[in-house]
Amino acid sequence: MTTTTGTTTPVLQGRNLVKTFGRVVGLDGANLELYPGEVLAVVGDNGAGKSTLIKCFSGAHTPDSGEMQLNGQRINFTSTHEAREHGVETVFQTLAVSPALDIASNLYLGREVRKAGFVGKVFRTLDKKGMRQDSAQHLRDLGISTLQNITQAVETLSGGQRQAVAVARAAAFGSQVIILDEPTAALGVNESARVLQMIQDLRDRGLSVILISHNMPQVFEVADRIHVARLGKRAAVVTPQTASMNDVVAIMTGAMTVPDHEQQLTPVN
Amino acid sequence: MSSPGTGTAELVEFEQSRTPLQRVQGVLHKYPYLSPLIVLVVAVIIFYLLNDRFLLPQNISFITQQTVVVGTLAIAQTLVILTAGIDLSIGAATTLAQMTMANLAVFVTASNVLPIAGQNPYLAILLGIGVGVLTGVLNGFLIVRLNLPPFIVTLGTLSVFTALTLILFKARTIQAPEMPEVMKWLGNTFEIGEFKLMYGVVLMLLMYVIFGYILKNTAWGLHVYAVGDDPNAAQLSGISTKRVIFSVYVVSGLIIGIAGWLTIGRVGSASPNPDPLLNLDTITAVVIGGTSLFGGRGTLLGTLIGAFIITVVQNGLSLAGLDQAYRVLAIGVLVIVAVAVDQWIRKVKA
Repeated sequence: MTTTTGTTTPVLQGRNLVKTFGRVVGLDGANLELYPGEVLAVVGDNGAGKSTLIKCFSGAHTPDSGEMQLNGQRINFTSTHEAREHGVETVFQTLAVSPALDIASNLYLGREVRKAGFVGKVFRTLDKKGMRQDSAQHLRDLGISTLQNITQAVETLSGGQRQAVAVARAAAFGSQVIILDEPTAALGVNESARVLQMIQDLRDRGLSVILISHNMPQVFEVADRIHVARLGKRAAVVTPQTASMNDVVAIMTGAMTVPDHEQQLTPVN
Repeated sequence: MSSPGTGTAELVEFEQSRTPLQRVQGVLHKYPYLSPLIVLVVAVIIFYLLNDRFLLPQNISFITQQTVVVGTLAIAQTLVILTAGIDLSIGAATTLAQMTMANLAVFVTASNVLPIAGQNPYLAILLGIGVGVLTGVLNGFLIVRLNLPPFIVTLGTLSVFTALTLILFKARTIQAPEMPEVMKWLGNTFEIGEFKLMYGVVLMLLMYVIFGYILKNTAWGLHVYAVGDDPNAAQLSGISTKRVIFSVYVVSGLIIGIAGWLTIGRVGSASPNPDPLLNLDTITAVVIGGTSLFGGRGTLLGTLIGAFIITVVQNGLSLAGLDQAYRVLAIGVLVIVAVAVDQWIRKVKA
C-alpha cells in the first residue's frame, strides 16, 4: 500500500463546514475529502452529523459557513437539482422515489427528456419511449436484467427493488460522485450483498462513492478509507487495513483518538 | 464478494402466483378509471330499465348539458387534489369570475366601480377569466408562501370570494336579454343527428383532452403527480414543489374563469348566488372518478366519468319519478365506497 503524494486533487472537499438547526448544531467545523475512484465510508454515532454532512454535498442543505469544492472548484449548492447538474448524485435514506410513478419516470424525475423537434419544443411532449429504453439499459448496466416491466409503478416493488431503482438513478446520472445514505438499512442479507456489489461496480467504473453506514462489517468490506464523524466534526480517517472495527467504534464514541500522522488523509491507491 | 455474473440479477424478481382478488386489485391499480366506468354503465342500465326514455337522444343531450359546469370545474379540482390539496372555494371563485364578466359586458351595472362596462364583451370575458386566474394566484400564494393547509385557505377564500361578489355586484342578477350574444354563446347548441350538443360541452371535452395530454405527456404533468405522491421525494429529486403547487392553483384559476363563462351560457343569466352543491359536486366527481384525496394518483378520464355519474343519477332518478333524496343518498354511498376502494388499491403489491 503506497500513499500518493498530496498533489491529488480531491473530487469533493469540505472545509470547516458549519450547519445549525436553531440551537441544534449539526456540523461544527467538519472536514471531508473524497478522492477520485475511491469508496469513502462515513461512520459515526447517531447525531454525529453524518447525514447533515452529506446533505450539504447533495444540495439538500446549505451550510451556514465553510467551503465546499468539486474538483478544486468552489461550489455552493442551493438545491439537489444543482448538485445533480454538477454530477453529484445522492441515494437518500428515504430513497426519494415517487411510489405512484413508474420506474422509468422515477429514473428521470426532475430531468425528463423531451421529444426532439417540433413536438417536443412546442407541445413539450416527453420522449417516454426513449426514456424507457434508456432506463432499461441503465438497469441492465447494473446487472438488474430481470426487471421486465419498466412501466411498473415503484410502489409495487419490494424494498430491495426500490433500492435498486434509486441506486440505478444515481448511477445513471452521477458523472462524478455518488453518495449513498444507509443504502442497506432496510435490506435483508442477500439484497445488502448485491447493493455492496453495485457500490464496487460503481467504483470500478471510475466513480467516487461516499457510503454512509452503521454496519461495520459492510463498511470494512467495501471502503477504501473510513471517515469517522463525531460531534459534528471529523474525528479521524482510517483504513480497513490500519484499524479494526473495535478501533472505529472506540473513535466514534470518543474512547480513542488518532494522532494526525496515523490518519489516512490521502488516497489509498 | 459474490461473483459479478450473479450480481444484482435477483434483486428485482416478480412473483407469479396471485389470487384472483389480488389480480383485480392490480388491474384497478393500473387503470383507476375502471371502477367508476363500471358504476356508470350499471347506473345507465338500471335507469334505462326503470324508464326507457332515459336513453332517448334528447335526454342524453340534456345529461351532457347538465354535466358541463361540474365537469369543467372538476378538471381544476382534479389538478388540485392530485397535489394532495383541495379547493373549497371553487364555486365561489366561479361566481366571482362570472359576475365580473357579466357586469363588465352590460351598460347598466349595479355598481359604478366599472367604468369600462358595456364597451366590449370580448374584453369582459377576458377580464372575467383574468379574475378567475387571480383567485388561483391568491389561493396558491397563501398555500405556498404562507405554508397554510389548502383546506383552511380555500375555506377562507370561499367566504372572501362570496362576499366580494356581493359587495362589488350588489346581489343583482344579470338577465339573459341584457347580455351580448357572445356572453351566452357557449350555451348554443348544434345538432348531430338527433343529438343536440352544446358548444360548452365541446369546450369541456376539449379541455379534458388538453389537460389529459398535459398530465400524461409533459414534465409538468408528471411533477404534479410526484408532488402529490411524496412531496419530500419530489423535492429531493430536484423538483421545485412550491412552484409546481403554485402553478396548479393558477392553472386551476384559469379553468375556473372559463367555467364562469360557461355557466353564463348554460344558465342563460348571471346570478351572484352560486349553486350550493357545486363545490361538493366537483370534489365528488373527482373522488368517485378514482382520484385519491391523498394525492398522487388519479386520471382526468375518471373524473369525467365521475361527473357524468352525478348527473346520470340525478337525471335517472327524476325520470324514474323518485325523490332526489335518493340521489344524495346514492352519491354519499358512492363517495365512501370510492375512498374505501382507493385505500384498498393503495396496498397493492406485485
